[in-house]
Amino acid sequence: MIEVTHINKSFDGQPVLNDISVSFEQGKTNLIIGRSGSGKTVLLKCIVGLLETDSGNIFYSGQCFTSMNRKEKQKIRQGFGMLFQGAALFDSLNVEENVRFKLDMFTTMTPKEKSERVDFCLKRVNLAGKNRLYPAELSGGMKKRVAIARAIVLNPRYLFCDEPNSGLDPQTAIMIDKLISEITKEFNMTTLVNTHDLNSVMEIGEKVVYIHEGNLWWEGTSEEILETDNPELNDFVFATKIVKQLKKLDDI
Amino acid sequence: MNLLEHIGKYTLLVKRSFSRPESHKVYYKRLVTEMELLGINSTGIVAIISFFMGAVITIQTAYNTESPLFPAYLIGLAARDAIILEFSSTIVALILAGKVGSNIASEIGTMRVTEQIDALEIMGVNSAAYLILPKIMALIILAPFLSMLSMVVGVIGGWIAGTTVGVVTTPDYIYGIQYVFIPYYIVYSLIKSVVFAFIITTVSSYHGYYTRGGALEVGRSSTLAVVHSSVVILLFNLILTQLLLS
Ligand SMILES: Nc1ncnc2c1ncn2[C@@H]1O[C@H](COP(=O)(O)OP(=O)(O)O)[C@@H](O)[C@H]1O
Ligand SMILES: [Mg+2]
Repeated sequence: MIEVTHINKSFDGQPVLNDISVSFEQGKTNLIIGRSGSGKTVLLKCIVGLLETDSGNIFYSGQCFTSMNRKEKQKIRQGFGMLFQGAALFDSLNVEENVRFKLDMFTTMTPKEKSERVDFCLKRVNLAGKNRLYPAELSGGMKKRVAIARAIVLNPRYLFCDEPNSGLDPQTAIMIDKLISEITKEFNMTTLVNTHDLNSVMEIGEKVVYIHEGNLWWEGTSEEILETDNPELNDFVFATKIVKQLKKLDDI
Repeated sequence: MNLLEHIGKYTLLVKRSFSRPESHKVYYKRLVTEMELLGINSTGIVAIISFFMGAVITIQTAYNTESPLFPAYLIGLAARDAIILEFSSTIVALILAGKVGSNIASEIGTMRVTEQIDALEIMGVNSAAYLILPKIMALIILAPFLSMLSMVVGVIGGWIAGTTVGVVTTPDYIYGIQYVFIPYYIVYSLIKSVVFAFIITTVSSYHGYYTRGGALEVGRSSTLAVVHSSVVILLFNLILTQLLLS
């Protein structure tokens, strides 16, 4: 469970997030949606503490993250998994070393236990046997999957994904979305996903939060989203012709 | 940002780099990798440049002291002192600032703009300590060796060039390099090389770590790393010379 209360963030006096309060539940795939530039990435980075908020608090399972010192934050973060927009794999390490990284850093597992765990995670994302490849040798979809394997290797309690399917073809995108949704259930994580992809909303969205120009504009479930009469959200949802046609069919 | 802000931010980053590692084993492995990358891979360039500089110093000294008033062993003596006092520490440090400094800044800068540093932080790893400390330690450990290598190769370069061109004989040269030899000069030179190693690695890491933007800015950080390390090296060369030799 993650609770965000009244957070504000501006860059050089330019407000990007305005008084956002929202909570995200455990075991669910929570989506943060909005147009490009609406502040989704900034919100996610504030929540994980990569950016400092100007005001407001963030609570992880009731613990106030904002008031923690560096060491305490580092401790909490060992329970984080994050999937960055560009995957952010470590270039100088191969797939296995990338996935094993947290095990080397934070556990006293034996080499055998580590390699079993790595193989398990790689298998889970359908990349069994790719251990020796380097990030430069992987396709966009494979990089994202390695990043997922790396994120789940230490059984995180919280998973954060920034545009997990940007730059991927629709089929691969759906596969990544499904993977995120499945592992959320498997590991009973609190998952936050940033996206502007309506497909993801329909496929995996449980709780959906719509951000409009840095404001929390709407929240609800993915079913409710089609029925809403919120004009901005409607514009966002029915932006493409194909969805408009679907709505027409639905109305008949 | 003004100079004071830079110095403040730099100091905090260096301080953060020197914190307790999460895993000693991982850091030890990183140290070995960096020693190879930064130190061992620099031996070639240090050797080549030292050889030719030693050669040129010897020949120039010879041509400038052709008067019979100067004893022939002075050539070896002058070459030795130039090499030990200035060349093997300061000039080698400036060359390393170009090679190692740009390498460090572009590596860390690329990790910054591709969010790899954020990824480290999110895992609960102290990214400054993980990335920067092994680099500082690696170059500090190896700089004295590079410096000594430079001294030896420089003196050999001077000997080969001097005798080949015929400006000095082998006995004169060898007598010269042993004449009133002050061992403290070597200590002085090695101390300087360690300080310069610290400057190169920390200043370059600072520029890489605080890169913002994309590929273009990584290039810019890399250039700034070389320029600023070089200026700071020259400044500290002056300070250290005054402190250690006065
Ligand atoms: N580091 C930064 N410095 C200044 N402005 C920023 C920074 N990061 C984001 N912004 C601004 O914040 C706004 C929201 O950006 P972002 O959260 O990345 O949007 P998105 O919803 O597409 O992820 C944009 O107008 C962007 O220009
Ligand atoms: Mg974004």
